[in-house]
Amino acid sequence: MGHIWDAPLAHIARSVRQKELSVTELVAHALARIDTVDRRVRAFLTVDGDGALARARLLDAQGTDGVLAGLPMAIKDNISTRGIKTTCASKMLEHFVPAYDATVVARLADAGTVLLGKLNMDEFAMGGSNENSAFFPTHNPWDVTCVPGGSSGGSAAAVAAGEVLFALGSDTGGSIRQPAAYCGVVGLKPTYGLISRYGLVSFASSLDVIGPLTRTVEDAALVLGVLAGHDARDATSASITPPSYVEALTGDIRGVRIALPREYVAEGIDPDVRDAVFAARAVFERLGAHIDEVSMPHNEYAVATYYIVASSEASSNLARYDGVRYGMRVDDAQGLQDMYTRTRSVAFGEEVQRRIMLGTYALSSGFERAFYGQAQKVRTLIAQDFRAVFDQYDIIIGPTAPTAAFAMGAHTSDPLTMYLNDTYSIPMSLAGVPALSLPCGADARGMPVGLQVIGKPFAEVDVLRVAHAFEQATTHHLRRPALRDAYAAKEADA
Amino acid sequence: MSRYETVIGLEVHVELKTQTKLFCRCATSFGAQPNAHTCPVCLGHPGALPVTNEQAVLLALRAALALQCTIPPVTSFDRKNYFYPDSPKAYQISQFAHPIGRNGVVEVAFGRTTERIRIHQVHLEEDAGKLIHEPYRSLVDLNRAGTPLIEIVTEPDLRSAEHAKMFLEQLRDIILYCGVSDGKMEEGSLRCDANVSLRPIGATTLGTKTEIKNMNSFRAVQGGIAYEVARQTALLDRGERVVQQTRRWDEAQSITIAMRSKEQAQDYRYFADPDLGGIALSDQLITQVRDALPELPLAKRQRYEQQYGLSEYDAASLTAHVALTKLFDEAMAHAADAKTVANVLLGDVCAYANAHDAPLSTLPITGAHIAQLAALLAQGTISQPIAKKVLKQTLQTGEAPNDIVATQGLTQIQDSDAIDALVTQVITAHPQSVADVRSGKTQALGFLVGQVMRASQGKANPALVNELLKKRL
Repeated sequence: MGHIWDAPLAHIARSVRQKELSVTELVAHALARIDTVDRRVRAFLTVDGDGALARARLLDAQGTDGVLAGLPMAIKDNISTRGIKTTCASKMLEHFVPAYDATVVARLADAGTVLLGKLNMDEFAMGGSNENSAFFPTHNPWDVTCVPGGSSGGSAAAVAAGEVLFALGSDTGGSIRQPAAYCGVVGLKPTYGLISRYGLVSFASSLDVIGPLTRTVEDAALVLGVLAGHDARDATSASITPPSYVEALTGDIRGVRIALPREYVAEGIDPDVRDAVFAARAVFERLGAHIDEVSMPHNEYAVATYYIVASSEASSNLARYDGVRYGMRVDDAQGLQDMYTRTRSVAFGEEVQRRIMLGTYALSSGFERAFYGQAQKVRTLIAQDFRAVFDQYDIIIGPTAPTAAFAMGAHTSDPLTMYLNDTYSIPMSLAGVPALSLPCGADARGMPVGLQVIGKPFAEVDVLRVAHAFEQATTHHLRRPALRDAYAAKEADA
Repeated sequence: MSRYETVIGLEVHVELKTQTKLFCRCATSFGAQPNAHTCPVCLGHPGALPVTNEQAVLLALRAALALQCTIPPVTSFDRKNYFYPDSPKAYQISQFAHPIGRNGVVEVAFGRTTERIRIHQVHLEEDAGKLIHEPYRSLVDLNRAGTPLIEIVTEPDLRSAEHAKMFLEQLRDIILYCGVSDGKMEEGSLRCDANVSLRPIGATTLGTKTEIKNMNSFRAVQGGIAYEVARQTALLDRGERVVQQTRRWDEAQSITIAMRSKEQAQDYRYFADPDLGGIALSDQLITQVRDALPELPLAKRQRYEQQYGLSEYDAASLTAHVALTKLFDEAMAHAADAKTVANVLLGDVCAYANAHDAPLSTLPITGAHIAQLAALLAQGTISQPIAKKVLKQTLQTGEAPNDIVATQGLTQIQDSDAIDALVTQVITAHPQSVADVRSGKTQALGFLVGQVMRASQGKANPALVNELLKKRL
């Protein structure tokens, strides 16, 4: 089983379709890996072993012709799963069991996958280290004293540690890409509107997207093909017919015009990360792409803009957690107002409360014009920066994050430093353009470094082709954390 | 005579007549088990998203156009944020920045004069749920949550409680004509809040206002406003100030009671709902909806008076109900006599509907039927008594009057010889009555006419019967 576990997803799914591989065996293998590894990684909030095995037996009995036939995977715990707890890593929803499946969950099921469970995250996707989970932090499989990144830290860690074949995350300002970079896996934030948000617990509705975390670009293309496409239940879902993403992976990027914004490799970036990006630039040139340095002048306002826009929307989106209909409620309240105030004070963590207050202030009468209104204008300027560059270039590249994974506890007392860590991932969220992070090297400690490949709206095909060509030309993606091999070693012993 | 001028503006909520809710596909029907018509979207479950009901947008557009509003090229939704247990998302999806209509006007008849009441705006929004308070606990029913409403906000153009009521009645008629809503105040599909202030006569700035809520009938609107005018007048006369506040009309006590003052007002933190894009309203769509608007009640009423020479009373009575004007207009399309048609509709048709407690729209009669009946009468083919009988049958069975008359041989007898033969019979049979007439007792003539009519089974021409009888006596 060890060998097939490392194969491309398309290969594994084909073996399942042709009945050469049993889904039950695959799922049992995944559960055994989780059992061995997850006590150190702590990627899972819920493991639904019984459900997964039952589903596997059903698929084996009925057979499946899905694109992702039999593939064991897991989903970030802010994506609604019918009958399985969806907590958003918050005390507020600690016992909340949704009544419906998110559109992406239904599409993955239709494609033949098996859901193993739900993955840890920063509470309500607010954070970049997974330390804001109300339950426990997830650890980076490369070094368990480091954070896996966030907020989709559980998703990235589970893929890196080999606990699942792929995972879903969500990205509002970098929450797929940054943990993918920290854990040395591929993370794709698609164009806003390409994948339905129906069932994704809203953080910032104008920024939130769902995307895959995988081991390779090819796997990302395969999963994206299942997830993408219009959904009548999401009014912000684009009415486009997705192309074949896998067919785009030609390996040929000759003549592709690539831009490297000066602002992405300026001060504040770790020298090891900068070196890795420059090395990547050389790879692209060798592959026949044309690279220029460009300027994106409004980049410096992106973080401030993001924290106003995202927090404002969050303050409204999280208002429904009021203790009235579902979720936590303090049981000794003195009247309605007291119930609201104390429920929300007790059940929301510090970072969530900070952002609700920030957003409430930014939307208040008298301040709205100066904050939320102004931020929307700057957002337009940032989007225009992208349009201007994309008038002349096909792709933008840059680092995913200024550093590789940092030590747990390093920034917990300093939210501002934590926010600035999103400098390179936020602008793409504000502009709504697709961006993918893939491994491009390591820092001096050996921790993975991520390269970001950014494309025009709905040009995932270009992003995937360029990232895939880079991956094929390098070996960074073949490096595996030692912890991932713990199970393989145990299996060999047995 | 009061020293103050009353200034009133209304905020009218109208429930739109859609099959499903504004942002999900749950049914909007009235009176189901609590929380039967709910889903993750209208329950505000995590991750559920709204999708706009296009039918609601079209109905709102129709209402905005009927109120002569300016329509923006793009209309959009905003979130109105506030905490309350009947609001499942803790925000209401409403319209703030780009409502579907602005700067409209309604022409309203106050007795013989017609005034233009300006409409500030018309916007679409979702309704909240309902709270049921019991001792020691409160329950939430979200069946109504997400039901589409339009809110119609007037400028402060009304000057008396009576005018406010008359405006509201005529606004309701417009809404009904357009098929936008059922407009039933008792069922809450039409709700009205009033902003009331006083100012010294001649003043141009507005006085401090109070807002009155919970007026659940037209009578309550008039009563609530009248009470508030009297209360404010008394305050000002005593040299006191009116406090800006929201007050609740208490129907049982017939008074308004303070609910909350403006200092406790909420900051709703409006912002564009990022879950919903803007809705483009093309010129083509606007023209199409405007062209499909029916003639509105006041215009129709004036036309009935001018074009058909109907009395003000008849014109007003006919236009008071959509079903009645429909029948009238249909009948007139067959070039019937207006006065006859009006008499038939307002007389026997209405009486029949009332007696059988059947809404007009459910009766099997058509405008063409009324036109036939009027023509049969005008041509003298049937007599008044026969006409009543024919009409009754049409109302019961939906058979056309022409067919009824033909198959039952009800055509009026115009032949003098035939009638004369009947007259001879009656005179022979009732010698006493004949004697009475001859001795000057004219009531007896009526009896004899009746006897001839009966002998003809009602078909004889009554004028001819009269003439022939007189000749013989």
